[in-house]
Amino acid sequence: MSLDQPALDTSPHVSDEVRKTTCYMCACRCGINVHMKDGKVAYIEGNRDHPVNKGVLCAKGSAGIMQHNAPSRLRAPLRRVGERGSGEFEEISWEEALQTATDWLAPIREKHPEKLAFFTGRDQSQSFTSFWAQGFGTPNYAAHGGFCSVNMAAAGIYTMGGAFWEFGQPDWDHTKLFMLFGVAEDHDSNPIKMGIGKLKARGARMIGVNPIRTGYNAVADDWVGITPGTDGLFILALVHCLMQAGKVDLDYLARFTNASVLVNEDPKSDQFGLFLRDDQGQPQVIDRRTGTLAPWNGQGVEPDLAATHRAAGITHRPVFHLMADRYLDASYAPEAVADRCGIPASRIRAIAADLARVAFDEAISLDREWTDFRGKKHKEMIGRPVSFHAMRGISAHSNGFQTCRALHMLQIILGAVETPGGMRFKPPYPKPATAHPKPHGKVTPGAALDGPHLGYVQGPEDLLLHDDGTPKRIDKAFSWENPMSAHGLMHMVISNAHAGDPYKIDTLFMYMANMSWNSSMNVGGVHKMLTDKDENGDYVIPRIIYSDAYSSEMVAYADLILPDTTYLERHDCISLLDRPICEADGVADAIRWPVVEPDRDVRGFQSVLCDLGARLGLPGFVNDDGSAKYKDYADYITNHIRRPGIGPLAGFRDADGSSEGRGTANPDQLQNYIDNGGFWIAHVPENCAYYKPFSAEYQDWAVKMGFYDVVQPYIFQLYVEPLRKFQAAAEGRGHRQPPDHLRGQIKATMDPLPIWYPPFEDGHIDPVEYPIHALTQRPMAMYHSWGSQNAWLRQIHGHNPLYVPTKIWEANGFKDGDWARVTSAHGSITVPVAHQAALNENTIWTWNAIGKRKGAWALDKDAPEATKGFLLNHLIHELLPPRGDGLRWANSDPITGQAAWFDLRVKIEKSGLPNEAQPMMPTIKSPVPKGPKDLAWKAGQ
Amino acid sequence: MTQLPKQTAKKLGLVIDLDTCVGCHACVISCKGWNTENYGAPLSDQNAYGADPSGTFLNRVHSYEVQPEQGTAQLIHFPKSCLHCEDAPCVTVCPTGASYKRVEDGIVLVNENDCIGCSLCAWACPYGARELDAKEGVMKKCTLCVDRIYNENLPEEDREPACVRTCPAGARHFGDLGDPDSDVSLLVAARGGFDLMPEQGTKPVNKYLPPRPKDVMPEFDVLAPFLEPVATTGTGFAHWLDKTLSALPGGSK
Repeated sequence: MSLDQPALDTSPHVSDEVRKTTCYMCACRCGINVHMKDGKVAYIEGNRDHPVNKGVLCAKGSAGIMQHNAPSRLRAPLRRVGERGSGEFEEISWEEALQTATDWLAPIREKHPEKLAFFTGRDQSQSFTSFWAQGFGTPNYAAHGGFCSVNMAAAGIYTMGGAFWEFGQPDWDHTKLFMLFGVAEDHDSNPIKMGIGKLKARGARMIGVNPIRTGYNAVADDWVGITPGTDGLFILALVHCLMQAGKVDLDYLARFTNASVLVNEDPKSDQFGLFLRDDQGQPQVIDRRTGTLAPWNGQGVEPDLAATHRAAGITHRPVFHLMADRYLDASYAPEAVADRCGIPASRIRAIAADLARVAFDEAISLDREWTDFRGKKHKEMIGRPVSFHAMRGISAHSNGFQTCRALHMLQIILGAVETPGGMRFKPPYPKPATAHPKPHGKVTPGAALDGPHLGYVQGPEDLLLHDDGTPKRIDKAFSWENPMSAHGLMHMVISNAHAGDPYKIDTLFMYMANMSWNSSMNVGGVHKMLTDKDENGDYVIPRIIYSDAYSSEMVAYADLILPDTTYLERHDCISLLDRPICEADGVADAIRWPVVEPDRDVRGFQSVLCDLGARLGLPGFVNDDGSAKYKDYADYITNHIRRPGIGPLAGFRDADGSSEGRGTANPDQLQNYIDNGGFWIAHVPENCAYYKPFSAEYQDWAVKMGFYDVVQPYIFQLYVEPLRKFQAAAEGRGHRQPPDHLRGQIKATMDPLPIWYPPFEDGHIDPVEYPIHALTQRPMAMYHSWGSQNAWLRQIHGHNPLYVPTKIWEANGFKDGDWARVTSAHGSITVPVAHQAALNENTIWTWNAIGKRKGAWALDKDAPEATKGFLLNHLIHELLPPRGDGLRWANSDPITGQAAWFDLRVKIEKSGLPNEAQPMMPTIKSPVPKGPKDLAWKAGQ
Repeated sequence: MTQLPKQTAKKLGLVIDLDTCVGCHACVISCKGWNTENYGAPLSDQNAYGADPSGTFLNRVHSYEVQPEQGTAQLIHFPKSCLHCEDAPCVTVCPTGASYKRVEDGIVLVNENDCIGCSLCAWACPYGARELDAKEGVMKKCTLCVDRIYNENLPEEDREPACVRTCPAGARHFGDLGDPDSDVSLLVAARGGFDLMPEQGTKPVNKYLPPRPKDVMPEFDVLAPFLEPVATTGTGFAHWLDKTLSALPGGSK
């Protein structure tokens, strides 16, 4: 019968049309081809032309069709009719919803704009939402960076003008040794997988540093199962070895970093620890040509790494001397750190030797001539082909900022940043801290805020404090508790608002952040805060407005719901003013556009803000005659002008779409993007594709493209002077002084050179009682809470066992199918366990945000996500346990305020077999109907 | 009983690199998406939003932990789909002739019109690579995207299986394993590609590339030459620095 094959059509119709837009199944923002049949979404694949993913697509992206069809999609605006948290809502019209919001918000703006707290979660339109909040006049705006990876971003900006992911990437085409520190497997998603694929194809090596060996670490040639929270110590031991052996790039350090800048060494001087500056305020170096002082950026200057300078009885030493003093100290020797890191000293030395070998013995050079900002011509581009990547794994600790700084320093001393084979910035980065705005918080009733909310402080003078020293912001960002909180602290908003500390608010307005569930620590406590009433029977947080596309756990805790669209039904811009999607060789931005129209009474949140902005008369949202300035978000994207010539999208500018970077608005711009596949890209000129911060040609190109308005070369800040200014204040120097109880913390942690100190939780609880580290990881096939409503993805990750290493597994006599009670200083959970051998012996972990609350996400109440799935969040508090000093210390990084999720310590014991994971929250009533029992999706028939 | 062709003109198949696969499931979902919309009945899902959801997939990724006697435990991600065997027992066991192996390229397919859903083929397959669709009652399996690889409605560069096109790490390769000079055959030769469970005698066309040895740092003396100390104190380092900088071009001291 085999010779009697049936006739088969091998060229069937594929689709009626392909619509190219941008994925939103995670934060990676790949280009997608949406195949349409009969007006319906039939298939989603990667866009081959797109700079981010070049055709490939991850599981989430391909499953977008099931997100778009999810039964959990909200259907109409909702007004709460039962008690908060009950899930009792009635559907209302958009007019009613918008009028309600306006009636709530207008009086606030008139009298106390700060009584609106507007926080936007996983927003990809922050340049727009912040513009709205600025117009409203509240200082209380931020997105989710404070509980995500602000340590990495801020450490990168302050140190070298950018960090990883949206800021920079390894030079995948040239690197020979790649070292990956613990990373959420979607930060970023496809580019890292593609990069690892390139390394593997070339036979390049990869070292994975992570307590857990899954995902990327599973394919690493070497796995270093480090103890959580000790990455900084390990990195500084590598620095110790490299400096001791002189395996540092002296020429690079002298020219392109402030290792050569002179620091005041006299403890009696009011300038102690600050840079020696000239009359123009420029930091000084010794010019090797003359042996005398010169500004760091003087034409032709050859900065000397070694020379000291003594004047007026004060010795000034180059930063590099201070580094040698510190990092050659025996306390950073591999033997001194090995036990704490859980890595044998010999292995630390072997890795240091490997880095040295590849960086210096296998150096590469590209035949590209270039000229630096001092006018010196370089015949070639020398490369040190070692590269690094890290994100939240090393960031989400109370020592995360300094750990990220340490990693950046390691790259820099090897000469492996912005050089071939190393880490490369993606335009519009690099951009140093001084080129970013400072934070603004001056409130004027009925008027706009005095400037952008978030930014980079340069010293105590930039903190957002009232004259009495109290914070201006509800989240206490840019206060002495966390002076460099560049992304705000969304995770502190609810608890501060509930406590009325630093003040009470009226309305909490949130977008796309599941703050009553997986995005908050202390979940049960947050539920109480959101539903708590005062002595008059009024809610302590009087009003809550929330916008989400889906029936998340947060919906039940809001008074007014503004339902958003799915990502295939909306306009968006992935803007250079925001979180860009560029490549090291090109600047790029992209759009989303409605490839299908919503079949529900929902509106894109940004369009709703345009409407609300007009109703409230916010500057920037109304014309001179008071009429609405923007019909919707698409209108804003096309016509908004941020600075002369600069709009949300950099491509196809000017009336005919012929300009890039700068230009007037183009009425057909969105159509031009659609015609171009949903994105725009312009390539960095080849001769400045490396050494960007220092290259005269790159600087000119950056100004031409509109990244900034004046040429501003800079050098990497191994020594971060603003940190020293805070430290000096804590020592009693200067006028603006921290409260006494914070002096010790600031002195100890805000060191201008990278340091390591133990995670704070270790000092607040008994490490003997709680000997085990507990972590979460995000799976590659799931993004936050979104994946569980996806019929395809939930079949991959439908529940999340707690993975236990062999030593703990055996000590507790665990067997397959067992459950365990896990207890922290804050709470307990009872959950299913599974054995994993490839795991740090003192660490347990689970997948992040798989656990769901019954009633949410249109799942059945007996869905495994709700019955067996669980969160570690119940074990973590936003404050550390009391330690008898009468104070409660934040469970966060003392420099940036980043939530220290990964400092968690627990103990574990076998439990009986409960019916369900504990704690089990009561079922919430769903505002959407249940989904179908079975699915057989097929668009074309 | 259904007969296999004596030989096929080509042996189209996949080469899957276990050294590179990060276990992201991109291939699983891309396959689900394409084959739900295309060849035959859609791949259905039961209890899609309930307890114990279970759907039809033509490709799944399993993860196995390997604990060597010496050294560190490892995790291997193992994607598995039909291997398009030369001696495919799923074909010969089929009572209706619905399962067949194509003469022109060796792809094993199910003609859903003739399939009675008896599942004999799934029992016969030693790899567990076939799944009966619970809604349609027909046997589903990897088609090697036979409706993509020759499809003139697709751009030429897209005429490859959906799983290969989407794989972010480039761990999946598609080609003619019957041609010793094809890229996939050369890759198999270079990397020691192997058959899955050769003892089953099914002569699978798909090949797997083994993981490279792990946790073997390059061998060198960790103190010399790469880490031979030049100084052990800050002062000593400053002295070394002076000396070294003087020796560099432009050194003036």
